[in-house]
Amino acid sequence: MAKTNIVAKTGNEAMADAMRQINPDVVAAYPITPATEIVQIFSGYVADGLVKTEFVPVESEHSAMSACIGASAAGGRAMTGTSSQGLALMAEMLYVASGLRLPIVLADVNRALSSPINIHCDHSDTMMLKESGWIQIFSENAQEGYDNMIQAVRIAEKARLPVIVTTDGFIISHGMERIEILSDEDVKNFVGEYKPEQYLLNSAAPITIGALDLPDYYFEHRRQAAEAMKEAKSIILDISKEYGQKFGRSYGLFEEYKLSDAELVIVAMGSTAGTTKVVVDELRASGVKAGLLKPRVFRPFPKDEIASALKGAKAIAVLDRSDSMNGNEGPVCLEVKAALYDKGLAKPVVDYIFGLGGREIRLQDVEMVYNDLASMLKGKTFDKVNYMGVRE
Amino acid sequence: MMANLKELAKQKELFTGGHRACAGCGTVMIARQVLMASGPDTVVVSATGCLEVVSTIFPFTAWNVPFLHSAFENSGATVSGVEALYKSWVRQGKINKKINFIAFGGDGGTYDIGLQSLSGAMERGHNILYVCYNNEAYMNTGVQRSGATPKGADTSTAPVGKVKKGKEQYRKDLTAIMVAHGIPYAAQSIAGNWRDLTSKVEKALAIEGPKFINVFQPCRLGWAYPPELTCEMGRLAADTCTWPLYEVVNGQYKITYKPKEKKPIAEWMKLQGRFRHLLKPENKALLDELQNKTDKNWEALLKKEAAI
Repeated sequence: MAKTNIVAKTGNEAMADAMRQINPDVVAAYPITPATEIVQIFSGYVADGLVKTEFVPVESEHSAMSACIGASAAGGRAMTGTSSQGLALMAEMLYVASGLRLPIVLADVNRALSSPINIHCDHSDTMMLKESGWIQIFSENAQEGYDNMIQAVRIAEKARLPVIVTTDGFIISHGMERIEILSDEDVKNFVGEYKPEQYLLNSAAPITIGALDLPDYYFEHRRQAAEAMKEAKSIILDISKEYGQKFGRSYGLFEEYKLSDAELVIVAMGSTAGTTKVVVDELRASGVKAGLLKPRVFRPFPKDEIASALKGAKAIAVLDRSDSMNGNEGPVCLEVKAALYDKGLAKPVVDYIFGLGGREIRLQDVEMVYNDLASMLKGKTFDKVNYMGVRE
Repeated sequence: MMANLKELAKQKELFTGGHRACAGCGTVMIARQVLMASGPDTVVVSATGCLEVVSTIFPFTAWNVPFLHSAFENSGATVSGVEALYKSWVRQGKINKKINFIAFGGDGGTYDIGLQSLSGAMERGHNILYVCYNNEAYMNTGVQRSGATPKGADTSTAPVGKVKKGKEQYRKDLTAIMVAHGIPYAAQSIAGNWRDLTSKVEKALAIEGPKFINVFQPCRLGWAYPPELTCEMGRLAADTCTWPLYEVVNGQYKITYKPKEKKPIAEWMKLQGRFRHLLKPENKALLDELQNKTDKNWEALLKKEAAI
């Protein structure tokens, strides 16, 4: 097994360290709380000559993604980090990056969107861009954020799609944790050399990137990107498996925690999954068949696999850390319900919108959800969408 | 050092025919001449706009050099990323030949929506040349006013009506804004004087750091003049001093063309539909004001040159 170094790091430090070890050609970024530290720390590595990276301290997030697009199209590895309004400002360019099939990696520290302005965690920013053609990988803690960043490079380059890796703002980004860091050599070998087939800096073979695509071809190109997203699922699994074999930490499309015989199941992403695990353990100790399904890969959404994993559940609660503002369920719940429907699994599913703008979720809150599921099985009815932890 | 026309004409075309620009379009003339001066080891980044739209309709391209278009307002940032990768690769020993990085943007993508991205790129000091093809309005979307539109021009969002006489504000002096960034080279040129444009591009590319050339680009569609007059229209802009030709090298001004006989702006305006109303007797006061402003600008430029 590979040698690891056990350290205490915040999520942002872990992400910056992953970036240092990946050693990308170009990083272009603009500061935004709570993601600022990632590139702030990284710029220190640049200043000390620890990386070969050209750091471009741009004047906005829109320009950060634009510069990443330039660097990636030119043939290099490009990365950035942002959050919330920064991701929103990048939105236009995120679609350009995925449409051009550029393997850019972005660390998004999840934060609520304005207005009202709020700097704390929820998943509204990433969810706003769930249709942008970026692969989205959520992390439960700093360790996963670190591991996901390293895998994201390979995933992006193989799938020819850009990848967002998220951590929860402040909860993960600023929380100090025990983390196992790989050796620089192991990361270097794992990510390997990036060898693009066609790129701008190859002036001997000039190509035109970003052409005007009229009704003759646009549809075909979008279709190809959609197919790439579909195929990304097996790429993510292969690379995650390889990572697990080499470094001992295995990841799938989602994590099943005490799920195989679970009757009462919560679906939760990000740091909340960790909180939920504690409650599952407690409930299991008292004989309640509680379980958790933690989606890791939200885009592409592994609907068939998730539906199969939920087959044995008798009642399901989805915890959505963002609100779709659509008069219906939150984004994760809608995906889960659609997955179940397609498999003919008409199970009771209830959605809980929670934690917006950094509102805390406590063990008691999660326990209450399991209690709700238990009473649902006894015939009690619930609204299909519930707002948990809000004063009403 | 500067190539003569015969030599330039013998080069391989880096911007080819077969593009779909309007007859008499000044933009493609500018792109072709800029590339003649830069040579094949050049990467071009373009903003969304006429140039990109007429030259890259998939699966065709008019570009014989690497070309990237990403969006409208970010030519400056996009080329920054390309140039940043080049620097990284030079440091890593992955590339050693000199490559020119040239960004194109129209006046909309440069004066207005793209100003932030351009300013950022200039301030950070990337080794790039930014060429603005300035046709003084948003021509690609149908002749709406821009920050580059001159006062009094008739546009689709600043039309001449019963109470308004076209655009009400003077245009922004973008070249001055670029000079204020302290960049080593900024210049104004015109479509219609190949020698002026190619020699400024050659000069700019020989200098390390961020460079900017604001090229006046007559648009026969938006300005409403016969297509064969494009070059003449550019030359008249220089002869009337409405678009003076000059360069600023490390802050020092040099006027590169001084008309033997400075013509009145009406000579230039009368050939264009967008100024038709200004030549009517009832609008004489506005025409006089514009002439006065043009004269003052020219005088100020002469003083800047003399101040060296």
